Amino acid sequence: MSDLEEFREDARAWVRENAPDSLRGTSGSGPFEGYWGGSKCEETDPDLLRWRDLGIEKGWTAPSWPKEYGGGGLSHEHEEIIHAEMKAIGVPRPVAGQGLAMFGPVLLEYGNDAQRAAHLPAIARGEMRWCQGYSEPNAGSDLASLQLKAERDRDEFVLNGQKVWTSHANLSDWICCLARTDPNAPKKQMGISVILADLNTPGITVKRIDLISGYSPFCETFFDDVRVPVGNLVGKENEGWTIAKAILDHERSSIGRSIARQPGSAQREVVGRTRKHLGVAEGVIPDPLLRDEIAALGMLEEAFHLTLARIQQSAASGTPGPEGSITKIVGTDLKQMRFELGMKVAGVDGLGWEGPGFDEDDLQYTRDWLRSRASTIEGGSSEIQKNIVSKRVLGLPEGKK
Amino acid sequence: MSGHTAPSLLLNDEQQMLSKTAHQFIHDRAPVARLRTLRDSKDETGFSRELWNEMAELGWLGLQIPEQYDGMGLGFFDLCVVLEQSGRELMPEPFVSTLLLGTQTLLLGGTDAQKKALLPGIASGETIVTLGYEEAGSHGDASMVATTARKSTAGFELSGAKLQVLDGHLAERIIVSATTSDSGYTLFLIDPARSGVTITRQFRIDGLNAAIVQLDAVPVERDDVIGEIGGGAVLLEAVFDRAGVGLSAQMLGASEQAFADTIEYLKEREQFGVPIGSFQALQHRAVSVYTELALTRSAVLAAARAIDDAPDDVPRLASLAKAIASETFMHAAKEAIQMHGGIGVTDEHDIGFYIKRAQATYMTFGKPSQHRQRWAELHGY
Ligand SMILES: Cc1cc2nc3c(=O)[nH]c(=O)nc-3n(C[C@H](O)[C@H](O)[C@H](O)COP(=O)(O)OP(=O)(O)OC[C@H]3O[C@@H](n4cnc5c(N)ncnc54)[C@H](O)[C@@H]3O)c2cc1C
Repeated sequence: MSDLEEFREDARAWVRENAPDSLRGTSGSGPFEGYWGGSKCEETDPDLLRWRDLGIEKGWTAPSWPKEYGGGGLSHEHEEIIHAEMKAIGVPRPVAGQGLAMFGPVLLEYGNDAQRAAHLPAIARGEMRWCQGYSEPNAGSDLASLQLKAERDRDEFVLNGQKVWTSHANLSDWICCLARTDPNAPKKQMGISVILADLNTPGITVKRIDLISGYSPFCETFFDDVRVPVGNLVGKENEGWTIAKAILDHERSSIGRSIARQPGSAQREVVGRTRKHLGVAEGVIPDPLLRDEIAALGMLEEAFHLTLARIQQSAASGTPGPEGSITKIVGTDLKQMRFELGMKVAGVDGLGWEGPGFDEDDLQYTRDWLRSRASTIEGGSSEIQKNIVSKRVLGLPEGKK
Repeated sequence: MSGHTAPSLLLNDEQQMLSKTAHQFIHDRAPVARLRTLRDSKDETGFSRELWNEMAELGWLGLQIPEQYDGMGLGFFDLCVVLEQSGRELMPEPFVSTLLLGTQTLLLGGTDAQKKALLPGIASGETIVTLGYEEAGSHGDASMVATTARKSTAGFELSGAKLQVLDGHLAERIIVSATTSDSGYTLFLIDPARSGVTITRQFRIDGLNAAIVQLDAVPVERDDVIGEIGGGAVLLEAVFDRAGVGLSAQMLGASEQAFADTIEYLKEREQFGVPIGSFQALQHRAVSVYTELALTRSAVLAAARAIDDAPDDVPRLASLAKAIASETFMHAAKEAIQMHGGIGVTDEHDIGFYIKRAQATYMTFGKPSQHRQRWAELHGY
């Protein structure tokens, strides 16, 4: 324990010495905030780039990955400490994104040496950006119904079909796909494989989809006789479902965590907006009903942070409890509550889409509110999460299908 | 969390052992069905002295009492471990009156002599000490004090009436609030055997025992003042914070038990040829309760920890714990009845006891809405 405490001191000193001033207080330091990188990245903020380079040099973009793959060769406890220290002053991690949070760990666990050597260092340096090709038009919550076809042709797979909701496929370099390699398997969960594809491969077309927020974070990704080497198969052929589930579990817990931001920040944000829009300079907000609603949000936020801490502490003590399963449900509820309240206090000031008469912050906030509606859908909807908790944690019997 | 390092929210090995032992003991010896027997037999005590003494022998009543007063000298956190378990079976024993209200008032405001006189007896199970603050029309607001303390030659003379004083029917000492000046009130320790004290037993829905304490010019000495003259409000706020956290630990245990019983029932009761627990409408509601339980546990543990380690954090965390535990317990109790169907609303089934206790605890030591207002004030808005 004292070793870790010493490490915390060092990590704190390093982060505080090196993190650029302009980035402080800008981030909850979750895995999906900050510099996402990739060959199509157009980031020019010199501080963000400097922070990235310092992270890479130190091996702290992926602290728990082996050094040979661009990591820091540290334990998960050490990694938690580094991220906590970044979070403490609100700087983003030096490199963020799905490659680091999801696909790198998958390759470490299920990939072979060649795949690790080929992809991990590039992910750790933020050179290659990854996206997730799971969902299809007819396979959302019921993901195992997916139909993207992968047929073996000597030393290649030939992919045909479509993915949808592929976040940032247009900005990514690689896609991690779930594909059907055996259409005749007796159960739909069987016959699925995890296959990696370079998005530059001929036959892949990416089309952007606009969201209600006006953003376009995701795409339809079409595969038309796309040939990838068999070396891109991760794990065993037809046994991809296990890996897919591991990735999903990982994604869900990181979504819950990354939503958490700084303790107290949701409450501060809504109080700040109340002061701004209702003209309450300081002290008590006169409307007791509004105070009650904000306090309910603040309390939920605090309880959520305490619960995350408790989950982390029990995991560190070697006996992880079942509570981890609820973090996505609670975290996304909290996020939506925050934006709803933030919009409510803005009243008509929050109705702007673009152009004159609205201030920049409000325009952005409104877009973020709209974006927040996706949080209870993406990465497995809240209903699906509840099905999982009901079955796995409460042990309730499965319903008739 | 005020800083970025969260308090430790785990039980150490001894506390886990304590929790297990208490769970087993209470499960075996104090099943919730006792509440029915005690109620129907109009039992004079209203709880089991024998059990109380046994728990004293196990060391549980004196867990937090300093060793110099014959306790174990552990923390409030340890006490909460036992309180949580006592909540599971809605024990009517005098935890709230004696270990929370009485003991905490003495620990926070008592003189050495007062502590010497009462704490050893509390630890050994002999002494019941309670506190009366509720009055006609005060509606749980302890600052509404109509009871007066008039200066007399020997000290003071107290007049007024306190309602729903927990275990007031057999307490050796009753602490009461009484106004000593225009600006404030004071806490006094009274002996119910004194002239002018009339005790009338009250019966509540929740199985906790209570009494009306009528005071007619009751003489008390200067030595019977607890804390500062006029300092009652400050002291009582600190006492209620602790009592609220302890009660929240009981509520957590009670919610857990009502929920566990409900999950059992969902697995075993069949309709339409399948267990009712396979219906998604019920599954998702069960998960909502489960989620609230997890959040409540974190809040209660953090508040209990703060009482021992971080006094500055106590007001906000105590309000958090009381607000969230109250809402969770009420929700768990309502869902427990609904998911049991008709049997859930019969007196014959034990599950109905939980909503009665939930209602009582909801209203005690501040309703959730009051704690949210306080939370807002503490956060400057
Ligand atoms: C912002 C965003 C980013 C995303 N990024 C990606 C990505 O990068 N890669 C990727 O592969 N996918 C991505 N997705 C897709 C996402 O995983 C799916 O949208 C999600 O799994 C739900 O599938 P669906 O949209 O088909 O809805 P459906 O499955 O059709 O669900 C519709 C409604 O029915 C409910 N429902 C469905 N089944 C059940 C059930 N068994 N019990 C109760 N209720 C049920 C759902 O909860 C929902 O409310 C993203 C989605 C969003 C919103």
